[in-house]
Amino acid sequence: MNADAIDLDVRRETSRGLETEEMTLNMGPQHPSTHGVLRFVVKADGEVMRRAIPDIGYLHRSIEKIAEKVGYHGFMPYTDRVDYVSAMQCNQGWAMACEKLAGIEVPRKGEYCRVIACEFGRLASHLLSVGATGMDIGAVTPFTHAIREREYINDILEELCGARLTFNYMRIGGCAWDLPPGFVGRAVKFLDRFEPLIDEYNELISFNKIYVERLANVAVVSREMAIAWNLVGPNLRGSGVKYDVRKDAPYSVYPEFEFDVPVGTGERGTLGDSYDRYMVRMREMEESCKILRQALAGVPEGPVVAKVARMFKPPAGEVYVRVEASRGDMGWFVVSDGSAFPYRVHIRTGSFAAMAIIEELSKGLMIADLVAVIATLDIVAPEVDR
Amino acid sequence: MQQLADYLLAEGFLSGLPKSVGYVLVVAFFAFVLLNFIMLVAGVTSWLERRVWARIQSRVGPNRVGPQGVIQWLADGIKSVLKEDIVPEAADKPLFKGAPYLAMIGFFGAWACVPFGDGLIVADLNVGVLYITAVTGLVVVGILMAGWSSNNKWALLGGIRSAAQIVSYEIPAAIAINTVILLTGTLSMQGIIKAQGWAPWNWFLFDNPFTFVAFFIFFVALLAEGNRTPFDLPEAESELVAGAFTEYSGLRSLLFFLVEWGNLYIIGALCTTLFLGGWQVPAFTDNAFVQGVLQMITFFLKSYFLVFVAMWIRATLPRVRVDQLMSLCWKYLVPIAFVNLLGAMLWVVAFPHGNIVMRLAMFGFGVVVTIYFFSRVASHLRRARPEMTWNPIS
Amino acid sequence: MDIAEIHRRLRERLGNIVSPELEVKDWSLCDVKPQSIAEVCTILRDEPESAFDCLSNLSAVDRKSADTIEVYYHLFSYQHGHRLTLRAATPRPDPILPTVSHIWPIADWLEREAFDLMGVRFTGHPDLRRILMPEDWVGHPLRKDFVEPEEYHGISTRRESLLKL
Repeated sequence: MNADAIDLDVRRETSRGLETEEMTLNMGPQHPSTHGVLRFVVKADGEVMRRAIPDIGYLHRSIEKIAEKVGYHGFMPYTDRVDYVSAMQCNQGWAMACEKLAGIEVPRKGEYCRVIACEFGRLASHLLSVGATGMDIGAVTPFTHAIREREYINDILEELCGARLTFNYMRIGGCAWDLPPGFVGRAVKFLDRFEPLIDEYNELISFNKIYVERLANVAVVSREMAIAWNLVGPNLRGSGVKYDVRKDAPYSVYPEFEFDVPVGTGERGTLGDSYDRYMVRMREMEESCKILRQALAGVPEGPVVAKVARMFKPPAGEVYVRVEASRGDMGWFVVSDGSAFPYRVHIRTGSFAAMAIIEELSKGLMIADLVAVIATLDIVAPEVDR
Repeated sequence: MQQLADYLLAEGFLSGLPKSVGYVLVVAFFAFVLLNFIMLVAGVTSWLERRVWARIQSRVGPNRVGPQGVIQWLADGIKSVLKEDIVPEAADKPLFKGAPYLAMIGFFGAWACVPFGDGLIVADLNVGVLYITAVTGLVVVGILMAGWSSNNKWALLGGIRSAAQIVSYEIPAAIAINTVILLTGTLSMQGIIKAQGWAPWNWFLFDNPFTFVAFFIFFVALLAEGNRTPFDLPEAESELVAGAFTEYSGLRSLLFFLVEWGNLYIIGALCTTLFLGGWQVPAFTDNAFVQGVLQMITFFLKSYFLVFVAMWIRATLPRVRVDQLMSLCWKYLVPIAFVNLLGAMLWVVAFPHGNIVMRLAMFGFGVVVTIYFFSRVASHLRRARPEMTWNPIS
Repeated sequence: MDIAEIHRRLRERLGNIVSPELEVKDWSLCDVKPQSIAEVCTILRDEPESAFDCLSNLSAVDRKSADTIEVYYHLFSYQHGHRLTLRAATPRPDPILPTVSHIWPIADWLEREAFDLMGVRFTGHPDLRRILMPEDWVGHPLRKDFVEPEEYHGISTRRESLLKL
């Protein structure tokens, strides 16, 4: 961190003429929070923060540059690592961008498999998010219960594609493998078990007085602020903006499903506080279950992948495609020059903006709240740094 | 202990030695026995905590080392002792090295007054409760020293938070103690227990509504003093790694953790002594030894039950933020405790020897609440049973 | 009002700053003269008919063959649902653009990323420094002619090929 860029240890005179000093703390790249390798330089006056300056780049793996070397097909496994907590949606984003460049149409069964995979991925990601939020606030038990459910989802997705975290399930033109026999039955059985558990989590933690006190009225993000700072996904919806890429700019077969888009209502505090963002995620899990049931009930017959040339050479041009990932709409900007290798890939993720807004939100917050804010903004380091 | 020392001297076991040396030897022997006993209790408490946590979190917990993992803590202890002793270069070395021992002394001193049975107490001071409250204050000094000397701003924050928390919550705790002392007239631990009876309606918990409320105030305040969730901000893992103890490794950190788990037991022991009747059992036999063993077992069961409740709370509740913690203490607990004390004073004036009707009524109320609680638990278990064993692949 | 109408009005108001052609597609694209990008963006955000309150993406693309670095601004309007892409092409040896961080706060970080990885300088930016790469990194990695340094702080970046026996 360039020392000239921040004033260190600013001395201030309080109103009573006492000299106080600001503490500069380092919430370093290693810390026991599940959100990845993030660093904050916190300038605090005792327990209250003046600024928390994020320092990112610890997980920068130059994925965008690698795309220019490995080609369109070869980039698919790398997209998993862009957001490894919910990797299916990243796969979808890349596949959709390439299909749009080349004008490929995905067969209906492929689209259904994609939706099923993405929604299971969303469930898994939100489970981890609410569990980690609980753990950061201090309640360690919901995390273990959430991880237990996530393990079942991992088992289901392992059946589908062989991997538990970085799936590499989708291909340009569809999905890699068909649904295994009996998959639909097992998935529905899981949903039957899982849906009542969401109520159990709510009883255990969401309506707990201490939990609400920790999250309500903390880091309120107004509507205008959320839009200006390009917050997306549950963060945006928590501030009252009812926008979901699946509904407002639909892709794949989402128009065929009936589901609602939960929005924050300021039920326990102000609209746009941390509690709203957290509850939007809890409710989104219920909506994902709805979508999954409809998708699993209506899987059509047919191939899962369209025929795509091995040497995939889309025509020259650029495309900007957005998918509703777990952390919000993920923008995939792909520039092609007609060769077999992408000319430029840029991934604009939801956590990037969430990290950016933390410096603004941190003024006047307490250090204990900083952890709550990071958790409820659902920041994962790989998305921020790529 | 005094009696035993006098007995030994009278019987001539320590003949040839001056009286003072004899006393010192006896004290040293008792201290040694007690130290071992405390380590055992702290270790077993840590094992219990890990198993209880694990079951609440739908996992198993340590069950390999020894039958059901009961000597896990011994293995952890040996590992900690064998670790490299790291002292940060810029740390204040004498303070850094001395802090765990100060905390240990503060914690260890409290055990001198813990009554395990009739006559089974190391020193039955006539200011027993006051002594315990005072000596556990040394733990605060130890934590503050640890936080300051680590040369680590996060440790300092943790130490300061802890000091502020413990010092603040001493007040509701002391007021709640006073509410009980009004009924006994003595601060001696054995005196307080002897003023209660073995039957639950003779416990101070059910004596009158004011001591009932005082029990909860006392329990909450002691949780805060022991840095237990929901008040474990000084050790908040997700923010401060281990708070004041961040820079400690090996034996020194083990001492701090022993203090924490041992403190947990002291919480249970204090609450049991003051509110739950201590070691009182009905007089089954004339054999003093058997009676003593029964009393010890009762005392352990009661205090471990409260320890279990504290662990249960730790596994369930999130932690409170520091300003909310302070406002809870000063804006809620202290006024309620004072009003409670006033009420208890009026009660004692009105009924100097207690009121059996009120005792039975409070006991009935307690029984109703307990039955309701267990029925709720049973209904939850019945609903959950089909899901506890589920194989997704079958 | 659709994007073509917005484009027409913009051209009426600003003239040659905005290119006459609008590539109509999902995110319609038009070119803008680089020095006036801030002006264009301010108008697009403040006009109630366009109301582009969100900068969805800011990407820099290194067009080595044309000796330019193009910066794409993807604008989105939550009020109307409009989507527009602005493209500003700057000369490759010395790419300079005015900042739009006073219009949309997220541009602060997006421009820092463009500076860090592509070397585009944004005049008027409050704090233009590297964001993803370490502060003392030399070079802009996403450029087509970027050559990896031999070592970084004594750690070599070259190694024997693992495929050799």
